[in-house]
Amino acid sequence: MSTRLARREHRAAWLFLTPLALVMLLVAVWPLSRTVFFAFTNAYLDDPTNYSMVGIDNFIEVLTDSGWWHVVRNTLVFTSISVAIETVLGLAIALLINEAIPGRGLVRAAILVPWAIPVVVATKIWDWMLNDQFGVINALIVGLGLSDHGIAWTANSSLIMGVVIFIDVWMTTPFMVLLILAGLQLLPGEIFEAAHVDGIPAWKRFWSITLPLLTPAIGVAVLFRALDALRMFDLAYVLSASNENIMTVSIYARDRLISYQELGVGSAAASCVFLLVAFVAILIIGVLRLDRSAGAA
Amino acid sequence: MADVAIRSATTRRRSSASYRFWRRVRQGFLGLAVLVVLVYVLFPYYWAIVSSTKQGAELYQNAFVPALNFTYYRSLFENPVFLGSLVNSTFVAVSTTAISLILGLSAAYALGRIDFPQRRFVLMAILMISIFPQVVVLSGMFELINWLGLYNRPSALVVTYLLATVPFTTWILTTFIREFPRELEEAAIIDGCSHFRILMKILLPLMGPSLASTGILAFILSWNEFLFALTFILTDANRTVPVAIGLLGGSSRYEYPFGQIMAASVTVTLPLIILVLIFQRRIVSGLTAGAIKG
Repeated sequence: MSTRLARREHRAAWLFLTPLALVMLLVAVWPLSRTVFFAFTNAYLDDPTNYSMVGIDNFIEVLTDSGWWHVVRNTLVFTSISVAIETVLGLAIALLINEAIPGRGLVRAAILVPWAIPVVVATKIWDWMLNDQFGVINALIVGLGLSDHGIAWTANSSLIMGVVIFIDVWMTTPFMVLLILAGLQLLPGEIFEAAHVDGIPAWKRFWSITLPLLTPAIGVAVLFRALDALRMFDLAYVLSASNENIMTVSIYARDRLISYQELGVGSAAASCVFLLVAFVAILIIGVLRLDRSAGAA
Repeated sequence: MADVAIRSATTRRRSSASYRFWRRVRQGFLGLAVLVVLVYVLFPYYWAIVSSTKQGAELYQNAFVPALNFTYYRSLFENPVFLGSLVNSTFVAVSTTAISLILGLSAAYALGRIDFPQRRFVLMAILMISIFPQVVVLSGMFELINWLGLYNRPSALVVTYLLATVPFTTWILTTFIREFPRELEEAAIIDGCSHFRILMKILLPLMGPSLASTGILAFILSWNEFLFALTFILTDANRTVPVAIGLLGGSSRYEYPFGQIMAASVTVTLPLIILVLIFQRRIVSGLTAGAIKG
């Protein structure tokens, strides 16, 4: 009797999930499996029906291309530095908003502005502000006497990665702030009162109470941001589509696929992107788990 | 005795005075920090507004107040390509949001309210799909779009955007549905009400605010998308706003139409910012709900 009821419930659940499942099969599972399939063929985009299987040749071509390793390095540098800065800055701003000070509501609202602005628009605005001749940033630098000439932010090959990281930090720190703030507001207030009564200095309260209790919230935020940063495409593409100093793995794979029409090699590169992201995801989740079990012990 | 009392009173007074002093210093520092953060997050958009209302040589002088010259806006709204991209973006974002909300609501009801053994697995699968790098499905998606005969049509983008927005809305709506007390439906379950009726008659009327905030997030996600929009649309007339702005360029580095780009940037961002500020609290709860409980 009860098993029949349970079975009916299961069937109802899957009925409600059917539309989602069908759409995901169509736009996620199927295209993903086709990408993996094409990675083993020598197909070209102009005529994808004309191909033969070439084994792992495409993967060998990608993995022996020094250009590929260059974009992997760019992507990892971009991801690690920007996520690190966003975490520290996000934590600082979240702690600031969490204080009882005038203007906190205003900051909480204002912080949503960079988050809502499209990446393309944010990139264009900063590109204009950092313009070497007419940009307001260079005008400020010259005006304050920090330098007697403007700095070529986006034309200088060693500065442009810094510019990309800077713009990304501006756009995505709000997301970090919101997640960390939500974590902060879940912390039990009594612990802080007790520590305050015991006369424990503020920095120690932060270091020994706030930070350890906040670690899970920060960990989740870092995971989301890191996976998002690894697939970054639009920011670098809009700032300078073909500049190899900021080219990411996503741009590389799309270039092979669309610009050079190499469906096979492009698919192999895309598969490598997938493996890279999966590897980093497992790495971060593993660290978080370790951390959690260590904290529980 | 009296001596001790006096001494302790003065120390107390002195300590409370220093306490007040340090409190004021602290408040001053925090106020300054608030100001710095506000300038950091708001100045770029303000500067885009200022730049978009300057003309010619004014643009290259760094005056901090807008010149209130709307020539760029006028030429922008006489530009058929830009207007077309606004229409395309609106169509794509609205359709994607509507489809995602319907699919997401149905799936979220199953994941939030019905107990079945594979629930955790389905939730994990949805989360994994939502963090997919888009470039990974690009080749397969290209084939799919061609096969559906949608290449270079805005509706192709609706299909591809479902990859990101459906898992996202499902995830958020699931956490929202779980927040409603189950007691709401108990009477209906005892009366033998079907799941479909429970969802439509009991939960749906309560979910207006949740659907609104989830919908806004999905709308922003599709409005801002760039990679698929760049890849699957070939002609200017069918482009969406981010690609139209991304591809705006002058004939040379020195003729770069910054004023016009800033006017376009301000225009397409303004509705988003207004929406976000109106629904501020709900959007924050939508964004954080999924992440905290996940």
